[in-house]
Amino acid sequence: MTGRHLHPDALLVRDLSVSFDGFKAISGVDVSFAPGELHFLIGPNGAGKTTLVDALTGLVRGTGSATYGGKELLGLRSHKIVRAGVGRTFQTATVFEQLTVLQNLDIAAGLHRPAWRLALARRGVPTAVEEALETIGLSELRHRPAGVLAHGQKQWLEIGMLLVQDARVMFLDETVAGMSADERAETGELLRRIGRDRTIVVIEHDMDFVRNHADVVTVMHAGRVLAEGSVAEIQANEAVQEVYLGRTVKGSVDA
Amino acid sequence: MITRLKSSLPLLGIAALALALLVVAPAVLSDLRLNNLAKYCCWAMVAVGIGLTWGRGGMLVMGQGVFFALGAYAMGMHMQLESVGDGGIPTFMILYDPLAPLPAFWEPFRSGVFTIAMIVVAPVVVASILGFAIFKRRVKGAYFAILTQALAVALATLISGTIKYTGGDTGLSGFTSFFGYTLDDPLNRRLIFTITATLLIGCLVVVWQLYRSRFGELLVATRDAEERVRFLGYDPANVKLVAFVVAAVMASIGGAMFVPIAGIMAPKSMDAAASIFFIAGVALGGRAALFGPVLGALAVGYGQSTLSEQWPGTWIYVLGLLFVVVTIALPGGIASLATRGAGVMAGLLVGRRPSHRKAASA
Amino acid sequence: MDSLIAPLLNGTADGALLLIAALGLALTFGQMGVINMAHGEFLLAGALTGYVTQQMVASTNLSILLALPIAFVVAGALGVVLEATVIRWMYDRPLDTLLATVGVAMILRQLVLDTFPSQGVGVVTPDWLDHQLDVFGYEWPLRQLFTILLAGACLGALAAVLKFTSFGRQIRATVQNRALAETLGVSTRMVDRVTFFVGSGLAGVAGVAISLIAATDSTLGTKYIVSAFLVVVAGGLGQLKGTIIAAWVVGVSTAFFTDWTTGSIAQVIVFVLVVIFLQVRPQGLFTVRTRGLA
Ligand SMILES: Nc1ncnc2c1ncn2[C@@H]1O[C@H](COP(=O)(O)OP(=O)(O)OP(=O)(O)O)[C@@H](O)[C@H]1O
Ligand SMILES: [Mg+2]
Repeated sequence: MTGRHLHPDALLVRDLSVSFDGFKAISGVDVSFAPGELHFLIGPNGAGKTTLVDALTGLVRGTGSATYGGKELLGLRSHKIVRAGVGRTFQTATVFEQLTVLQNLDIAAGLHRPAWRLALARRGVPTAVEEALETIGLSELRHRPAGVLAHGQKQWLEIGMLLVQDARVMFLDETVAGMSADERAETGELLRRIGRDRTIVVIEHDMDFVRNHADVVTVMHAGRVLAEGSVAEIQANEAVQEVYLGRTVKGSVDA
Repeated sequence: MITRLKSSLPLLGIAALALALLVVAPAVLSDLRLNNLAKYCCWAMVAVGIGLTWGRGGMLVMGQGVFFALGAYAMGMHMQLESVGDGGIPTFMILYDPLAPLPAFWEPFRSGVFTIAMIVVAPVVVASILGFAIFKRRVKGAYFAILTQALAVALATLISGTIKYTGGDTGLSGFTSFFGYTLDDPLNRRLIFTITATLLIGCLVVVWQLYRSRFGELLVATRDAEERVRFLGYDPANVKLVAFVVAAVMASIGGAMFVPIAGIMAPKSMDAAASIFFIAGVALGGRAALFGPVLGALAVGYGQSTLSEQWPGTWIYVLGLLFVVVTIALPGGIASLATRGAGVMAGLLVGRRPSHRKAASA
Repeated sequence: MDSLIAPLLNGTADGALLLIAALGLALTFGQMGVINMAHGEFLLAGALTGYVTQQMVASTNLSILLALPIAFVVAGALGVVLEATVIRWMYDRPLDTLLATVGVAMILRQLVLDTFPSQGVGVVTPDWLDHQLDVFGYEWPLRQLFTILLAGACLGALAAVLKFTSFGRQIRATVQNRALAETLGVSTRMVDRVTFFVGSGLAGVAGVAISLIAATDSTLGTKYIVSAFLVVVAGGLGQLKGTIIAAWVVGVSTAFFTDWTTGSIAQVIVFVLVVIFLQVRPQGLFTVRTRGLA
């Protein structure tokens, strides 16, 4: 473990545990996510990556503590956590299929509007939405129903929704899984661009993608943090090689 | 150009309906038929609300009779008191117990202002409490539907069982005047029709605005992916609550106007069967469409009062079959035929494929 | 003493009736997510089977025993027909099954109204059930004990089928993971059909028992369906014990409230209590937890 200094705007997780009917999916996880770096969360299937994010976004109940911007996140309802600036995407892309790309983004932008404004119809395109369309490269497709988008485009739309809702922390659960090589490269670019002033945590299985884009990698295994550090450090870590990569042929770090 | 036209079409439709109801109908219909039409308008108000909650919000409300009853009994009590005059006591109470004083909760309904306020406030309060409890605990789908129906059954049973206060199964009747206007005068009855039709148009305008607003989009989003909405920072419970409360108020107003028109209010106009009857028109017309519920409810209302008088049994078969056939073959109601047609037309014009197929299946 | 014993026993008997009716519902709702609003009319079909059997078989002592299996088959067959004609079209739209079966229920009710005397028919209690038991001074009708035993028998049979037969295993597999069960070679279509047969058949059995207690007319189903659903909802899906407890609690508390107030107020109170209960436990008493966002 490298002794990383604590960033003042980091999301701090201390001793987080989650159990499902006695089964400990996460036990005593300590980790911090800081802005400005692409933080990858890796680990074999069932390691507890999604569960960690679920706990931090109010989808499952966890014990311990997770603070962001001076607020304790555990125990808050999901929509309150979002309002505190912590957003996420889902392992299977979930956008509103009936609504257009534009409407999807517009709805996501709505949490900063006063409630009564909901009663009014949308006039024109808010600048935040326009910018997000530009950033995620879906400007041309703005009037398409989200349901007809390609898989990769849906993932981008989800990222766009996080952008317009101005999430300062974004958890992206296996966002590039199932994308083509080109789409991956573009997504990597996109994450770099938006990650400059945000905290971005990406759950990923594809080691190539991790190697190309990760600033920090946290490896999880069986509900615990196994190692943390730069890509090089992780690749050199024996414990990681053994439980995570060592199961396959030695040297499969490159696979 | 085309989008401009498209966005003003609903308003044109509402205007056409207003014209038909407020100008054409009074000109061509006899007093009796106009009064019947007024009754269908009351049901249609309930239906418009059901379209909002069920069609757009995905919440199948099977107990709108509860809110219908709130408005209807408020109005019924007021008209009953108005008919017996100052300090009088309704006949059914005297028959039940000649010496009993007027129950305390009846007293304020002597005031017309209080009554009108209650017609709006009572459903807001009841629906808010109920909706808050139900939606915050994430009770939804079939559970929600069953609970609402259970409430309709419970309230109907309660009213039937409290003859002393509500008239029980015989209900409230024998009204002679409506806010000072005698009900015997055909002109006054036409006035009541006009008020009812105007209120119906008002309800339509309200849902039209809600559908085109951001709230409408949010409601559809909540219907299709409630949990996802949470992660956009909204509490879906509040979104649903607003739709539920608005629908409740519409049902209550419908119920209130029903009383001077029908001349009687009894549990059978609001029980589980009646609540299901309210849904029939919505299903037939098209739950998610703007005009589906209104037109459907008017049609079903017409069918009910014409068919059921001559062949009551046959009408039940028709209604039952309607539910079966529409839900199996045409879940989007007749409106979905229209949208499908319009979609094909628009597709030909603009060169896009229609995308309405799944719109109403949630 | 009497004032406690009577509602307790009567309530338990009512709860037993509710249980048989709710078991079938829990089965179809739990397994297929189908909300069968015609279930109440299947109760009615069972009650009418009791009546018709009584007309055919001279001995009322015998006819009730004959009626039980016949009603099971009659109602079960109705269920299968319903599944094959209406429900199979909307397995992916559970709310719609609710509405479609509301329509079916209306049709069935009207059919009964057109076929049988509209004031209802009476089923004669057989001699061997027409006795009272003396329970601490309360003359308890034997019929009520009979319903309780009948509910116990239905429950036992159902539990045994679910637990010990391969068909039972297939049902449980389908409930827990339909897709997986399919890949393991379970014919879920077949399982659905049989489940529907059994679930609806149970309604038939309950109907025969109801006919001994209440008047058999076209409104019989409507009277029970909502309570039966509340029992299922409050009991939670996936486990029989929740349904049993909920049925008993609803039956007994209704009886007590009826004793203290009136029948109609009691019903209102119980409904309200169930709603409040669902505030505390929205998933009912017991549930099988599943994972997922949706
Ligand atoms: N709701 C739940 N109930 C019971 N067990 C659960 C639940 N959610 C997760 N688990 C279990 O917790 C463990 C961690 O699951 P999780 O989904 O977090 O893993 P993951 O690291 O995201 O895996 P993957 O890479 O496959 O997405 C798994 O063993 C899983 O079966
Ligand atoms: Mg995962």
